[in-house]
Amino acid sequence: MASNNGAKQPLLEVRDLHVVVAGTNTEILKGVDLTVNLGEVHAIMGPNGSGKSTLVNVIAGRPDYEVTSGEVLLHGQDVLAMLPEVRAREGMFLAFQYPLELPGVRPWQFLKAAVDAVRKHRGETEVSAREFDQMYKAAAIEMGLKPELAKRAMNEGFSGGEKKRNEMVQLALLNPKLALLDETDSGLDIDALKTVAEAVNNRRGPERSILLVTHYQRLLNYIKPDFVHVLVSGRIAVSGGPELAHELESKGYDWVKETAAAG
Amino acid sequence: MTQQVEKREKYDQYLADFETFKKSANGHTWLNEIRTTGLSTFNATGFPTATRGNEEWRFTNVGPIARKAFTYPFKVSADSVTKEQLKAIAPWDDKWTTLVFVDGRFDENLSSPAIQKNGVTVSNLDAALDSEKGLIEQHLGRYVESDKNGFTAVNTAFLRDGALVKIADNTEDTPPVHLLFVSSERSEPFVAYPRSLVVVGKNSKATLMESYISLTENGYFTDGVAEIVLQDGAQVDHFRLMREAAQAYHITTTQVHQSKDSTFNSTSFARGSSIARNQIHVALDGPGAACTLKGLYLTDGSEHIDNNINIDHLKPHTNSDLFFKGILAGKSKAVFSGRVIVHKDAQKVLANQSDKNLILSENARINTKPMLLIYADDVKCAHGATAGAVSDDVIFYMLSRGLDMETATRYLIQGFAHEVIDGIPLDGFRDYMDTYFVESLPAYTFQMKRPGRN
Repeated sequence: MASNNGAKQPLLEVRDLHVVVAGTNTEILKGVDLTVNLGEVHAIMGPNGSGKSTLVNVIAGRPDYEVTSGEVLLHGQDVLAMLPEVRAREGMFLAFQYPLELPGVRPWQFLKAAVDAVRKHRGETEVSAREFDQMYKAAAIEMGLKPELAKRAMNEGFSGGEKKRNEMVQLALLNPKLALLDETDSGLDIDALKTVAEAVNNRRGPERSILLVTHYQRLLNYIKPDFVHVLVSGRIAVSGGPELAHELESKGYDWVKETAAAG
Repeated sequence: MTQQVEKREKYDQYLADFETFKKSANGHTWLNEIRTTGLSTFNATGFPTATRGNEEWRFTNVGPIARKAFTYPFKVSADSVTKEQLKAIAPWDDKWTTLVFVDGRFDENLSSPAIQKNGVTVSNLDAALDSEKGLIEQHLGRYVESDKNGFTAVNTAFLRDGALVKIADNTEDTPPVHLLFVSSERSEPFVAYPRSLVVVGKNSKATLMESYISLTENGYFTDGVAEIVLQDGAQVDHFRLMREAAQAYHITTTQVHQSKDSTFNSTSFARGSSIARNQIHVALDGPGAACTLKGLYLTDGSEHIDNNINIDHLKPHTNSDLFFKGILAGKSKAVFSGRVIVHKDAQKVLANQSDKNLILSENARINTKPMLLIYADDVKCAHGATAGAVSDDVIFYMLSRGLDMETATRYLIQGFAHEVIDGIPLDGFRDYMDTYFVESLPAYTFQMKRPGRN
């Protein structure tokens, strides 16, 4: 794992990951292998039901699933042994496909508590109310979230697009090392899509990796991935560069399914 | 059989106290007649039992109240409660007109000066018996069902202390009135009978708060009645806080009578006690009359709270909206009964009600009973009741942002309460509720399956 001499440093390593729906024998991931190095952007594509959302949710610690074998490492540390809140504090962030409404929960307080939890974990002091105020405003402006929404309860009564923008506000505030974006493009109009893509692109850099899950190639016109992986029936069937997304767009997922079956 | 005899003996305490009370009370013959009628009604009906056929009291057993002897507090020592104590424990704002009652007895020293000017009267009922005789005779006991309810009947027998609030027609700038009922430490169990009458004139506005606060851990009994009359076009904003001792008994009735185009907005906050029942009964007796009743209750340990709401749509074009929320922990029990009656010919009525509960313990219980009785055909009514816990998805969302389970739980429970608290327009009362609710939230952390290998 030497990071000297410009060698690539793995941030996320997924090894032979097998996952079932909690309490059942229904296997969704059937041996996934994936390495995301620092600074890289990876896209996971795949048909409905292929397990691509499950993959990022398991990495973030959603309790609906059980890992039956395999491992997940973040900076070489065993992620599966960590509680979801610890994973977040270690620098992981999941932008939800369907962000939850938190009735009556005031966004300012909630988000400040989140930022402070991460800072405390790193041995830093809590952010001052004033400083947080500025961070929050700047993030809301960048993501095009209407200021009056900050006065409502978290995500309550937000439109689908507003919820997705609010996920990006959190991405900006929490400043993660590993951003997991679960179908962030779904339900977005073209303007919102451009805003979100720009926000993600602004956060590309040598200290951050991004793993995004998408069904369509559309998002990848705006966020150009370093690698594309196609997940079929719980396994990565094909991996390649950004050109793979275009190939999928023209040939469809059946092509990959056939290739996978033949291979 | 034995129990029956025991009960009679306990009632004897009320009868004996009444003899002494009559002698000590002001010698108003007309009022003594009302009191005596109250006592004989009580003597005949006693306290309601939760047996079959008495649907109204099915989930709230008042046997423990009936079996215990409570004495009337003839003497209240002058310095048993200080203003500092009240400010520390109750909602308080020097701008409000506050009437303080200690153990059910009016305390002039702790209260704001009585008001009697520009058409506004705020004073102890007892002090206004002469000057407001006409008003009292016209309204007192006219709206409340004292012949069927022993609690109201015995309250009527001992009526003396409580508020008299009168707002003349077309009066808007009245200061908020706060009725603060505080229970002090006494050597024996006592009963307080606060009795209030509020009459708000045509097109006038009033803000009324009632707080029931305890400075003792001992058991006592609050048996209160308030009658609130809204004349044509009047508006009353009403806030109610029950923060009685865990061992206390509290049975109170707020009886509201609304004329044409009047608006009654009420929010009740209640912490459970040994037995607590908040009865709010509203008669919408004029076209355009509307009421919104909100509530938030919190129970823990072995507390009990019963919110008993009755709305009578007597006239067409009347609206009612009930919105109650409960947080239940420990082995506590809550009852919500929302009975909405749309009377014959009361067309074009809108009636909504909902009761949502957050149940934090397997041993806590809610009996929620929305009931709509509709005798007219052109009405829109909806009701809903939900009882449940917070979904794992919501919790996971919060944890995925780095919050620990304890913080996530606290925010979610606070959030549940904020939906009611945030709607209070009165700063002093809202700030108090904000702080008080956060302080009194049960120590609780949600449980959720944690991820990992199997």
